[in-house]
Amino acid sequence: MSEQTITTSPAIGQSVARQGAFRRMLANPMGLTALVVLGVIILVAAFGPLLLWNDPGHARLDQVNSSPNAGYLLGGDSAGRDILSRLVAGSRITVLGGVVSAAVAAVIGVSFGLAAGYKGRSFDLTVGWISDLVMVLPSTIVLVAMFTVTGPNAVLVMLILGVMLAPSFFRLTRSLVVQVRGNLYVDAAKVSALPDTRIVGRHILAVIRGPLILHFVLMTSVSIILQAGFQFIGLGDPNVPTWGSMLQDAFRSIYLSDTAFVWPGLAIAVTVMALLLVGNALRDALDDVDPKAHQARKRAAAAAKAQRSTVPARPLSGAILQVDDLVVGYDQADGEIKKVVDGVSFELNAGEVVGLVGESGSGKTQTALSILKLLPTGGRVVEGRICLEGQDLGGLDEDAMTAIRGVRVAYVPQEPMSNLDPTAKIGTQLAEPIRVRLKVSRKEAAERALSLLEQVNIKDPQRVFDSYPHEISGGMAQRVLIAGAVSCDPDVIIADEPTTALDVTVQAEILDILRNLQGQRNLAVLLVTHNFGVVADLCDRVVVMQKGKVAETGDVRRIFAEPEHPYTRTLMAAMLDGRPSRRERTEVTA
Amino acid sequence: MLTFVLKRVGAGILLLFGVSTVTFALIYAGGADIAAQLVGDDGDRAAVAAKAAELGLDQPLVVQYWRWLTHAVTGDLGESWYTSQPVLPTLFDRLAVTLSIVVVALVVVTLASVTIGIVAAVRRGWVDRMLQTTSVIGLAIPNFWAALILVMTFAIALGWFPATGYVPFGESPNLWAASVVLPVVALCLAPISATAQQVRSAVMGVLEQDYVRTLRARGLSRRRVLWGHVLRNAAPPGLTVLSLQFIGMVGGAVIIERIFAINGMGSLAVDATLKSDIPVVVGVMVLMTVVVVLVNLVIDIVNGLINPKAAVSA
Repeated sequence: MSEQTITTSPAIGQSVARQGAFRRMLANPMGLTALVVLGVIILVAAFGPLLLWNDPGHARLDQVNSSPNAGYLLGGDSAGRDILSRLVAGSRITVLGGVVSAAVAAVIGVSFGLAAGYKGRSFDLTVGWISDLVMVLPSTIVLVAMFTVTGPNAVLVMLILGVMLAPSFFRLTRSLVVQVRGNLYVDAAKVSALPDTRIVGRHILAVIRGPLILHFVLMTSVSIILQAGFQFIGLGDPNVPTWGSMLQDAFRSIYLSDTAFVWPGLAIAVTVMALLLVGNALRDALDDVDPKAHQARKRAAAAAKAQRSTVPARPLSGAILQVDDLVVGYDQADGEIKKVVDGVSFELNAGEVVGLVGESGSGKTQTALSILKLLPTGGRVVEGRICLEGQDLGGLDEDAMTAIRGVRVAYVPQEPMSNLDPTAKIGTQLAEPIRVRLKVSRKEAAERALSLLEQVNIKDPQRVFDSYPHEISGGMAQRVLIAGAVSCDPDVIIADEPTTALDVTVQAEILDILRNLQGQRNLAVLLVTHNFGVVADLCDRVVVMQKGKVAETGDVRRIFAEPEHPYTRTLMAAMLDGRPSRRERTEVTA
Repeated sequence: MLTFVLKRVGAGILLLFGVSTVTFALIYAGGADIAAQLVGDDGDRAAVAAKAAELGLDQPLVVQYWRWLTHAVTGDLGESWYTSQPVLPTLFDRLAVTLSIVVVALVVVTLASVTIGIVAAVRRGWVDRMLQTTSVIGLAIPNFWAALILVMTFAIALGWFPATGYVPFGESPNLWAASVVLPVVALCLAPISATAQQVRSAVMGVLEQDYVRTLRARGLSRRRVLWGHVLRNAAPPGLTVLSLQFIGMVGGAVIIERIFAINGMGSLAVDATLKSDIPVVVGVMVLMTVVVVLVNLVIDIVNGLINPKAAVSA
């Protein structure tokens, strides 16, 4: 079966989020229903056998393979025993089997996982290796082979299965602990000399318990199915009624009674389904996903569509890029829209470098991405207009945008390493858009890519061309990304913090490359940055953003000489201090 | 790459050694009782002792294991205590039957789950919600119950497929196909549900990566980025899940074979374990481990070819 594959999303939320998790789960109608069904099944398993009116072991000759009747509500099995009574009686061992196996797996897996994740080193390696070994073995085959030793012993089977399932708990726990271990409060606990056991118990286990409970629920369902299968092939205890052995009996007389096989299977399926749905509701509650969010989002999108056409169009200037009253928002679960850019307007002229400046969270990157129509999922332009050479991009579909991207508007990202496909060679990634967009041959695209690498001052273009991203440095990767941006001769480049992730020395070189390319190709550049040093270096004009709005716009010299807005002054005071001038920086790198 | 493969092969051999040792130790520890069982209820003490001596069960476990191991490395896994047939050829015959079902199931699982997973990740919306719902049902229905429902409906009521039996491919490809349809479907339901979910989340994860946005910003269409870059990056987790599913389905085949009266590995294992035919049981474990090791090796190599970084860091 698929015991190892129902992996969970390791949802380690903040403790605040978790406090309401159970309540949120109850608010989810599907989760509540599943929980009630599960509760009923557990009650039946616990008390049902005490209330039975028919002895599940009592055989009546007149009821052999009988259809449902007044005496036996679900009919009789091949020995004339009451199917309903046996279902109720069998619930106990089935449910118990699932819980015991999952519990054994949890105890072993979690304790080793905590130790391995917290201590690390050789213990981690050894246990990890053993866990991998156990994990790859098919549990059913192991159980069958072990039957030679165990015989029909339900408890031993539960224990062995628990051991077989432990590695999945180990892996999950270990990865959760590794994620949490680096957190500051763990360090704080270590500094205050708390004993390890206390740190692990109070500070780590408490934080990761959510995903572990979820995994426990899933493993219970997995072990119920595996044990039922084991009983079904006749390796269960013949004296104890179980749903699996009932199915076996029904299967043997399948030509004599065509309903007997329905009930035990249904019982297993309903139990497992209830467990899985409880698990799903729990996962959503931990991830803080609102089940109603989908409808809310739909409503919001529809409302926005109706609203958007009412925005008054401003007259177009001669600018290559014109942004008018741009509002970018993210739809929230409650149907509200969270605005991250709120009424931003600016222009970018041909051959001009405009700095879009502001602290993180001011909406500058969101503004840049909305021009390319590449906002993350959930984000969209709520209001306003973006015009490229007089053409409103708002009305363009995805195909039309694809034709514009790279060729007319290009993009230089912030983080060089994460912006290269790790599985493709640099040359391939660089040449592919050239080939597709400029419709040139593979060979010509490769030649162009090589010459581009040369233009961004890469000494050995062929070597970089043949390298994978993990084989080159961050500065080298950023050059590649700049080469990629100019590869299809765009008119406009949107550079999102192109130097932030780099060493100071490399920053200067990258800025030089950008400046040279801008001059040679007369590019219009929208330079997103929080760094006034970069602004002073490259920009003609500056747009200062604060909390999604434009604080101030102006010529770079004017802004530096007499900043009007107090926020601009604060930013400059914070960022200019202690920065080396451009001259000094070039000297360092020379 | 070569050191990487050698390392994996070495780990596999170690696993094989570990599994065979543990299995042997656990199962042969009850050796004396087994001799009694073999002789039968009416056997006297002398006959039991003679039987134990004949099978070497009277010797210390270490000696027995050494003898077994030295034979095993030459490919001799001993003989069945009941049929006196050599174990290995029997195992190979049965393995071929089981694999012919499990491999077909694996192909079906791969095609179906990759398609469903990608569509759900890319389109989201109703496709995704339907996957979420149906996969709960798919996972909740045990494969043996699914098999019984299939037999009742398509074999007994409709008569489209045979209810039981297996026809080797070499005998008649058509009859073989008819005989494996129902077992394959029964075996596939849960793995498709589980794998499609994994493919979906792997693809979704890659779609959120920065380089996807950057490639699209260079003017590559969504479709081109999906086929050329996203799937390649989403493949390793997908392949890992598939290898686990394969192993799971080999286990599942044990049960499915009983229902369809197919004489594969599973039936052999169950029969041997019920009769305490220990050489066969140990042989089954060893051969299953070999299969698992080989499958994982292939997956690792494919992963290494897809993702150059994986081969280095492994």
